[in-house]
Amino acid sequence: MKTIDLAKETVRDLNQALHDQASACTETEWEVLNPKGQHNLAVGVDQKLKIDIKGHAGYYCGGMNKEADIVIHGSAGQGVAENMMSGSVRVKGNASSSAGATSIGGLLVIEGDAGSRCGISMKGSDIVVTGSVGHMSCFMGQAGTLVVCGDAGDALGDSLYEVHIYVKGQVKSLGADCVEKEMRPQHIEELIELFERAGIKEDPHAFKRYGSARQLYNFKVDNASAY
Amino acid sequence: MSEKTKYTTELRESATFDRATMSEIRRAADTGIYDIRGWGAKRKLPHFDDLLFLGASMSRYPLEGYREKCNTQVTLGTRFAKKPIVIETPVTIAGMSFGALSANAKEALGRGASAVGTSTTTGDGGMTPEERGQSSKLVYQYLPSRYGMNPDDLRKADAIEVVLGQGAKPGGGGMLLGQKITERVAKMRTLPMGVDQRSACRHPDWTGPDDLAIKILELREITDWQVPIYIKVGATRTYYDVKLAVKAGADVIVVDGMQGGTAATQEVFIEHVGIPTMAAIPQAVQALQEMGMHRKVQLIVSGGIRNGADVAKCMALGADAVAIGTAALIALGCNDPKYDEEFKAIGSAAGFYDDYHEGRDPAGISTQDPELSKRLDPVEGGRRIANYLRVLTLEAQTLARACGKNDMRNLEPEDLVALTVESAAMARVPLAGTNWIPGNNMG
Repeated sequence: MKTIDLAKETVRDLNQALHDQASACTETEWEVLNPKGQHNLAVGVDQKLKIDIKGHAGYYCGGMNKEADIVIHGSAGQGVAENMMSGSVRVKGNASSSAGATSIGGLLVIEGDAGSRCGISMKGSDIVVTGSVGHMSCFMGQAGTLVVCGDAGDALGDSLYEVHIYVKGQVKSLGADCVEKEMRPQHIEELIELFERAGIKEDPHAFKRYGSARQLYNFKVDNASAY
Repeated sequence: MSEKTKYTTELRESATFDRATMSEIRRAADTGIYDIRGWGAKRKLPHFDDLLFLGASMSRYPLEGYREKCNTQVTLGTRFAKKPIVIETPVTIAGMSFGALSANAKEALGRGASAVGTSTTTGDGGMTPEERGQSSKLVYQYLPSRYGMNPDDLRKADAIEVVLGQGAKPGGGGMLLGQKITERVAKMRTLPMGVDQRSACRHPDWTGPDDLAIKILELREITDWQVPIYIKVGATRTYYDVKLAVKAGADVIVVDGMQGGTAATQEVFIEHVGIPTMAAIPQAVQALQEMGMHRKVQLIVSGGIRNGADVAKCMALGADAVAIGTAALIALGCNDPKYDEEFKAIGSAAGFYDDYHEGRDPAGISTQDPELSKRLDPVEGGRRIANYLRVLTLEAQTLARACGKNDMRNLEPEDLVALTVESAAMARVPLAGTNWIPGNNMG
């Protein structure tokens, strides 16, 4: 295992060392000590590495990740796993706003709560939040799955495209064009598979499904109040 | 007996409710939706035609045309990037998306720009292989929608342009109507085919200049600090925006005036938000100078640049380079009179066509229709762009030499005068024949 102590080395040193693994992988297990909330940790990784960040991370930790499995043993700042392509990011604590923003693939697991705009403009990733999510989560979400085991704040799924949203607790309000939908067998299957990947135990039957009513896909003047 | 002359009152058109205004009121009442169109501001604005150069005579001596060199090469991104971009002419191609434009049009722009050693720019829809393949210097836009954004393309880019806004619609997002969302466009943007694609007006994971500084560091980290990072703003509060962009860590700042084009937005937005390009440049330059960053953080301006005189005037006001969009499309064949009959068939006319969002462009440029797209040969289009860029460069050099400058960037405000009080105040150069700059010495 390779250890990088951010009390002694810089974020630049860390990221360059991780990027160097893309062309010639010499070490697959990495440990990052003393992150102390620094921003941009392990961004742009392009290799199947296992990276343990032993503490809190600042903004954009795991941003644009490809293939790596990153675990944050603490809480994460804004935009954790933003635009992730593949691999996984797991936050042991809470995540700030815009977690998984625009993420295209991979799995983001937040074991605590997530702030506002969780999964904003997500494009194909899977996001599982063990706790609750803040307002405007999944705003303009395009593709992928957002699972919330706690509650969701105001305007969930506003202006949604094709993301599958599942919530176990209360939804304070649904955003424009987001509606509750029937849970069919394939959705139960989808949740079972996702819980297994996320390593959490939940009863899929306890969840409700939400999705796009597809009424705002093309402009209609009768919907003017929703624009 | 002679007949009495009968006098009548001439018909008088209202200046307030002119025919265009009335037709828009009728159209709005008929449809219940605002007018959406492409292009930039069409109203008459104070512009570079209101400025004149003071050619050399007794007190300055000119350089010999075609004999004495006038440098046009500019290096962009010298502040932090390991690999700044060197462009051979100070005219670049502005960001325009594949989606808004056909793949052939994007390829032609890349070919033309590469032929003269300048850069072209992606848009809100990601990087196409055609564009990357044909562009020797490609600027990759980082937009709120992040359509098609991925780290591989990010690393293939020669520069990254973080887009906060554009001159046609500062504060507004994008819109690509369903008729242009073909299978390929939909796939690149991860959207269902045929939906109206809305682009957000704010980035999804940062708000404000302090966050932007962290975002820029993230992009630098992902690309190992190799390439320059631009910040593009629509011209509004330009003085403050430029200061904040420098503080946020930009290598290059792009300021797009309200004449700058768009593929589609509300007419009311295009005509009523933002400030003219000419008014924005002195604000930007003042901000850079006050921070000691003029020429260290390069300034690119765009919005209504048509000829070498416009290029030279922007540079005399302090820009390091310019970007062209609408003019490049016209060079490719946009609004070409040879398609007049077809423009008329879709309710427009050559020279007036601005419904880019409808995807029915007879010139095959702002369309995804395969048959229409075929009309634009990317090789021939590339040659036309290269020709046009060369003319812009030669014209700008001609004016710079006439002012005695052996480098385009040696042009200065002192080389300019204004024809109108408005342009003198906006450009901060004297009214011709006077030493009066309105707004100066106002305490």
